[in-house]
Amino acid sequence: MAKPDDVIRVPFLMKMEYRYALGAYASRFFQELKDHGRLIGIRCPECQRVYIPPRPVCGICFAETGDWVPVSNEGVLVGATVVRLPFIDPMTGERRPVPYGMGIIRLDGASTAMYHFVDETDDAKLKVGRRVKARIRANRQGNMRDIECFELVD
Amino acid sequence: MPKKVAIIGTGQTKHTARRTDVNIRELVNEAVTRALSDADVRLEEIDAIMIGNMEPFEGFMFPEHWSVEGWGGYLKPSVKFNTGGTVGTTTIAASYYYIAAGIYDTVLAIGFEKQSDGHTQTAITTVGDPVWERTMMAGAVGNFALMASTFIAEGGVTDEHAAKVAVKARHNGARNVNAHLQMPELKVDDVMKSELLSWPVRKLDMCPQSDGAVAVVLTADHLAKKRCPRPAWIRAVTTAHEQQYMGDSPKRLAVMRSQMVASRRLYKVVGITNPRKELDVAEIYEVASWAELAMYQNLGFCEPGEAGKLIDEGVTLMGGELPVNPSGGVLCTNPIGATAMIRVAEAALQVMGKAGAHQVPNVKTALATGYGGNAWTDAMILTASTN
Amino acid sequence: MTSGVAIVGVAQTRYEAAKDHLAYNELVYEVVAQLLRETGMKMADIQSQVTASQDMFDGKTISSMSVNEVVGGYLKSEAKVAADGLQAVLYGAARILSGSFEYTLITAHAKESESRRPAVTVSMFDPFTQRLLGLHDAISSGLQAQRYLHMSGLTAEDLAELSRRRHLDAKKNPLAQRAGDFSIQQIMESPHVAGPLREMMVSPSSDGACAVLLTGAEKASAFGRRAVWIAGMGNCTDAYWTERDLAAARALELAGATAYQAAGISDPARQLDVAEVSARCAHEEPLFAGALRLFDGDARKWMKEPWKGEGVAVNPSGGAITGNPTSVAGLTRLAEAYLQLSGQAGEHQVMGARTALAHAADGICGQGHSVVILRANSGN
Repeated sequence: MAKPDDVIRVPFLMKMEYRYALGAYASRFFQELKDHGRLIGIRCPECQRVYIPPRPVCGICFAETGDWVPVSNEGVLVGATVVRLPFIDPMTGERRPVPYGMGIIRLDGASTAMYHFVDETDDAKLKVGRRVKARIRANRQGNMRDIECFELVD
Repeated sequence: MPKKVAIIGTGQTKHTARRTDVNIRELVNEAVTRALSDADVRLEEIDAIMIGNMEPFEGFMFPEHWSVEGWGGYLKPSVKFNTGGTVGTTTIAASYYYIAAGIYDTVLAIGFEKQSDGHTQTAITTVGDPVWERTMMAGAVGNFALMASTFIAEGGVTDEHAAKVAVKARHNGARNVNAHLQMPELKVDDVMKSELLSWPVRKLDMCPQSDGAVAVVLTADHLAKKRCPRPAWIRAVTTAHEQQYMGDSPKRLAVMRSQMVASRRLYKVVGITNPRKELDVAEIYEVASWAELAMYQNLGFCEPGEAGKLIDEGVTLMGGELPVNPSGGVLCTNPIGATAMIRVAEAALQVMGKAGAHQVPNVKTALATGYGGNAWTDAMILTASTN
Repeated sequence: MTSGVAIVGVAQTRYEAAKDHLAYNELVYEVVAQLLRETGMKMADIQSQVTASQDMFDGKTISSMSVNEVVGGYLKSEAKVAADGLQAVLYGAARILSGSFEYTLITAHAKESESRRPAVTVSMFDPFTQRLLGLHDAISSGLQAQRYLHMSGLTAEDLAELSRRRHLDAKKNPLAQRAGDFSIQQIMESPHVAGPLREMMVSPSSDGACAVLLTGAEKASAFGRRAVWIAGMGNCTDAYWTERDLAAARALELAGATAYQAAGISDPARQLDVAEVSARCAHEEPLFAGALRLFDGDARKWMKEPWKGEGVAVNPSGGAITGNPTSVAGLTRLAEAYLQLSGQAGEHQVMGARTALAHAADGICGQGHSVVILRANSGN
């Protein structure tokens, strides 16, 4: 049986390139974000839930979604953590620098929550229940990075 | 008339951080050979093989095709599943349906993952939707920590409770010859002082990444009764999914809709009204100590807010009223393509009385759950009798 | 003879080179919505789904997550096979026959336009001895085509002729991606792929989705002629591509035999009216059709005789060579076979078709094979 030193490992680097289509719902959302710096959600005509990300059908009612409605760029932290474990970011192939704050944010007017960065690295301050506000970039491209992060308010 | 289905044998590799001595074909072969031997079934008697694994972890599409002679699939019917963390239970569920349908009599189910061949955190980050989620993914740990924070905010649990769960798991793992992590000396203090990865998750609160494989032999009732002195009967199987995106269920650990619904469905089918009393053992898929606490509530072992009390009172320890994860659970062993199937194999070992040093006495009814994806749940109940 | 499972509706997107306007959930919702409309079903009545997709093609770990909400998976039992959608049908049938579910919705999707095929398919090859050679599935298909021509006596021109016929057939299929009246010369002069294969002998990169609804005998009766019975099913796994003769398809012979036996078919060349055989590359059609005993004697004779209404009509839809995505191609074959037997195939209808075969191949050079035999409902 081979000893650990005897082992040959065959390295293989996979560069996986994809062109992901946004589709109609994401396009509408990001167009609004890019052009006006505003967030919108889509509403289920049956249960009235407002969804971000928007989607063709409400999975709970299985009803086609209807109106677009404005969603505040302020909300509350439903979850919060300061990430201290470094790992390789698959979007860049590089180690993401730590620490950085993250939150599960329930925006006022939305039924769903958004996972995003929060500009705070003190565990004592980054707490569930705090209110946050989106820091929307001045120079926007029409993607999720147009929201740079969230910041604690009050 | 649907056939009844039983597990008559299982086999696992000794799970570990890095199996540099085997490739995928050889790794899976170990588990398959052990399962066939345990079931006293020859490969010729296997009608079909169902296999589960997550390709992105090894960067290998159709790895089961490449490794076919290792798991006995040559010129046999086979199907491959890939559903994330739940893949192991999904594969068992499929085996169950095919046998219940009368299409196959005896099925070999396999789960495997060679995490060390690839980059686990990265492949987990690609679970995130590339348009909406991936940029903000924080790997398994960061995302998990976020979920755990929603749970702590509900009240009733502290880091000490989580640490007790972590200690329970590693002590149990020390009595499981196959477990990856075996830490019989671990103390609550060790866990609470371990490196803070992402509040509230500490290093010793998290599951490891493992290389490992598991195989299970399932068969129809007439054969199970003939071949096995104490089969583990699969009495009920269910799955419940979530909506598409991570944030769709904002408090998804504290209130795991899929788990609440799936478990109540199962209990109804088998007539359980008090799971804490009527289950003899549970092998649940807990990615971290915090997850296990939340699952006590979601699975109805206790009321919301009472999970801390459950571990404080020792209910889920070996020797308690409802031992949870006598195998050491995911906290000890986590080859993702195999992990959920290991829960089923371990639950089966308990029912069959073959769990050795980590056997819970007199197991008649066992619960096994799978977790993965966007807070998805698979669940099944195994019993010693067919009634 | 019937297994007790019927297909009561299908829906397909048009197959296209790039559906840039659709995200995955929108792509699959299109076929789900169409299927619900056509069958008059409500998602509330469907408790079980089996989906098919490939993570490496989608660029998403757990690619079924992109679609599980739009297939009605919320709180329900959805599972994903990492294989062709026809495998999902086999599993869906098992779920119904087990008595656990009344209906099972099957979907398959892929958008090959979103990835670079060689970068994705290289991951199927042996990591120790083959990937470093730069192998991807066009090359393995080219090698197989070369071997098959050598063993069968067919020529590259024969493959071009097959391609010509299929693209001509596809003109009668409004969903077909690539259709037209191409000449042998055009096909032979199209860009070289590998071995004897030219671009026009291989499926173009394709985006699309397909959905199928299965139910048991009890509910099928309400659908009258729109219920088509699954009369037999078979599946088999071959050796890895470098461990077997690529000019043979032993696993497919066995899968076919299992399906034929269940369906009471002893003479497929005369007892089948239609066969939709998954052939992404031209050489796969005679290779797989031969293994399925769809013709007597050798492939050369069969290839020389265009179907004149006798014998089995093979790939009246045009087949996968005209453009079908991975994971979807085999389910598309089933959908097309269903349309034939329910009298809904429009311009490409094979008149009086009562018994059909659908086939899917998975993996390099067809390592995994699935076969389904369908029988029209004799009730109406």
